[in-house]
Amino acid sequence: MSAPDTDLLIAGARVAGGATDVLVRGGVVVALGAEATAEAKGEPARLDGDGLDLLPGLVDVHTHLREPGREDAETIATGSAAAAAGGFTAILAMANTTPVTDTAENAERVLDLGRAAGLVDVQPIGAVTKDLGGSELAELALMHRSRAAVTVFSDDGRCVADPRVMRRALEYVRAFDGVISQHAQDPDLAGPSACCDEGELSGRLGLPGWPAAAEASIIARDAELSLLTGARVHVAHVTTAEGVEVVRWAKARGARLTAEVTPHHLALTSDLLRGYDPVYKVNPPLRPDEDVAALRAALADGTIDVVATDHAPHARHDKEHAFVDAAFGMLGLETAFAVVHDLMVRTGEMTLADLTRVMSTAPARLAGLSAAGHGGLIEVGRPANLVLVDTEAPVTVDATRSASLARNNPWHGRTFTGAVRATVLRGRITYSPQPTTDPEVTA
Amino acid sequence: MSAPEPRAARHLLSVADLDAAAVRRILDTAVEMQEVQRRQVKKIPTLRGRTVINLFFEDSTRTRSSFEIAGKWMSADTINITGKGSSTSKGESLRDTALTIAAMGVDAIVMRHGASGAAHQVARWLDELGTGTSVVNAGDGTHEHPTQALLDAYTVERRLGSLDGRHVAIVGDVTHSRVFRSNLLSLAMLGAQVTVVAPPTLMPSGASAWAERDGFTLSHDLDAVLAGEVAGGVPDVLMMLRVQRERMSGGYFPTPREYTIGYGLTRDRLAAFTAASPHGVICHPGPMNRGLEIAADAADAASSLVLDQVSAGVAVRMSVLYHLLASEEGASA
Repeated sequence: MSAPDTDLLIAGARVAGGATDVLVRGGVVVALGAEATAEAKGEPARLDGDGLDLLPGLVDVHTHLREPGREDAETIATGSAAAAAGGFTAILAMANTTPVTDTAENAERVLDLGRAAGLVDVQPIGAVTKDLGGSELAELALMHRSRAAVTVFSDDGRCVADPRVMRRALEYVRAFDGVISQHAQDPDLAGPSACCDEGELSGRLGLPGWPAAAEASIIARDAELSLLTGARVHVAHVTTAEGVEVVRWAKARGARLTAEVTPHHLALTSDLLRGYDPVYKVNPPLRPDEDVAALRAALADGTIDVVATDHAPHARHDKEHAFVDAAFGMLGLETAFAVVHDLMVRTGEMTLADLTRVMSTAPARLAGLSAAGHGGLIEVGRPANLVLVDTEAPVTVDATRSASLARNNPWHGRTFTGAVRATVLRGRITYSPQPTTDPEVTA
Repeated sequence: MSAPEPRAARHLLSVADLDAAAVRRILDTAVEMQEVQRRQVKKIPTLRGRTVINLFFEDSTRTRSSFEIAGKWMSADTINITGKGSSTSKGESLRDTALTIAAMGVDAIVMRHGASGAAHQVARWLDELGTGTSVVNAGDGTHEHPTQALLDAYTVERRLGSLDGRHVAIVGDVTHSRVFRSNLLSLAMLGAQVTVVAPPTLMPSGASAWAERDGFTLSHDLDAVLAGEVAGGVPDVLMMLRVQRERMSGGYFPTPREYTIGYGLTRDRLAAFTAASPHGVICHPGPMNRGLEIAADAADAASSLVLDQVSAGVAVRMSVLYHLLASEEGASA
């Protein structure tokens, strides 16, 4: 995707606190402040930033796009549109498609489809093991050497449970400083139909659950393997207070370990399962209040490094089975900023700069996308990957008004404060609702 | 032909849908229904022209035939449909199956499903579309089996009088038992005190917090319970739960022998129970594993209510169908 020919002037938005003008040309920030207005050529495209904040574009290290294989649930194009609407300029696409992204060719196809859509940078994640089988390593280095330059690998949806396989994978990717994103959940600590948090509520509901120990024990094991191999482990979607404690311990020991949390695990609790509505069925599962409180505290104090959406679209009929039979997962790209801003920034637990760190800077660094111009400062000479946000506007989520093909939206009807007003990818506006005609924000 | 008056469907999904007064109404009506059972001509016109579908996704002989007989004796058109096993990505969704049946204009779906919450989901989908079809939960996974709990209460009260102040010990594979979960609710409403006895591996997750919140006792020692060494003293009722054969390979306990010695109602324990609680009764929801959780002597003892439970099942299910489909005030308060 080439940069647009015309200039883009973003007028009057706060950049790191102070209001200024930003001029973008050729996909790059070329001037700030008074010079920006003075240097604008011809009739520049304009974004009115009055009263808004301009941040580096958000980066999501954990999305499921369903293409190839389940284009009825989401395509790379529709997922990209949802991402742009959510303020993202780069997303990492998980490998559990059909076929699995376990070869260089498959990774390049995802990359190319992302480029063709042109709304966000779609960076494929490679599978750790062939066909997510958990036993034989996928062609990790070939994926890394491909045009897709894969550096993050994950069998997400499944845990790399075999310790020998995990050890070899970590040793192997250390050659090119790859990172394994682990779905930390020991499958042997729960039955095959586990579908929720194990606790008093699952006992009452008669649903088989995963204990917190299934998460914490894998994080502890992987921390040891990271120390043994010197390779990077990224813990996908931490959900429990126990898991958080192990992450804290691992970091104190010097393990090269990072951790992510999803907006839904920061906001929603297992109580929602009382009605057996599969929209709340997700893997790893929603947890009780105490865990949610621990996750928020860990995000605020830096123990958890990044927020990632685990956006998991599903065709409606795949959610219309009995609870234990329904598909796992919920949407998240379009609502992530609003949820995290509302829960963490509006409450004073974090600043907007902290949010920028956990939703842009740190995930970009983790995924090796900083050099490509994601997650950096807004400075002259830097690629213009930007998001314009309104921290005052209430947003009431309407599942029917989504760019995603799917409707498994747990946020429907909820109101959050914090709205994405425009997204810019290398100088091109990839999302911009019309503020005056958008009924969403007048609620 | 004009459409029937739309009405809000009444469901029985959980014992929690009822209150003590509603439970009492169902049990009282069941007494009248049992009179019908004793007649030579077992037919009353109460549900004439109404259609009840028994939608069973899981094998069941006694519950299905019990509902079928209940419906037929009340003159409802009763049809049995065997649903396919739970489907994930393949085949028809549960929602489609339920809507298809409701679209035929049936009055009630009596539903058995292997997944917890399935009846709740179906009731919600039908309500969203305003079909007016009632849903009766005839067992959903390891969650609830409300009519079993109601017939258990009915049977025990016929023998012992009111359950108020009685001590009921529920023994066995508690974690996988929908009978346990429904009984816990109905017994509390009727004023009984409950002790739950199981090896730790067959206790539900979070059992301690649950017991504390809802005021029942947990024990891993059946002999101590029979000797009255827990709150509530010597039990008046022993409710033995079936141990599913597949649990034996699931690592929940080492061997059937060890289970029986620890938690079975053996001949020795029967003697101890009879001595300590001369009026005491024994229940089992069936089908029984004789020799595993209950000795043949106990199953066939004078204090055993096993066949009374089966007989009461028809009367109680007639009463439930009556309150959901025919009565003005409905099953709920």
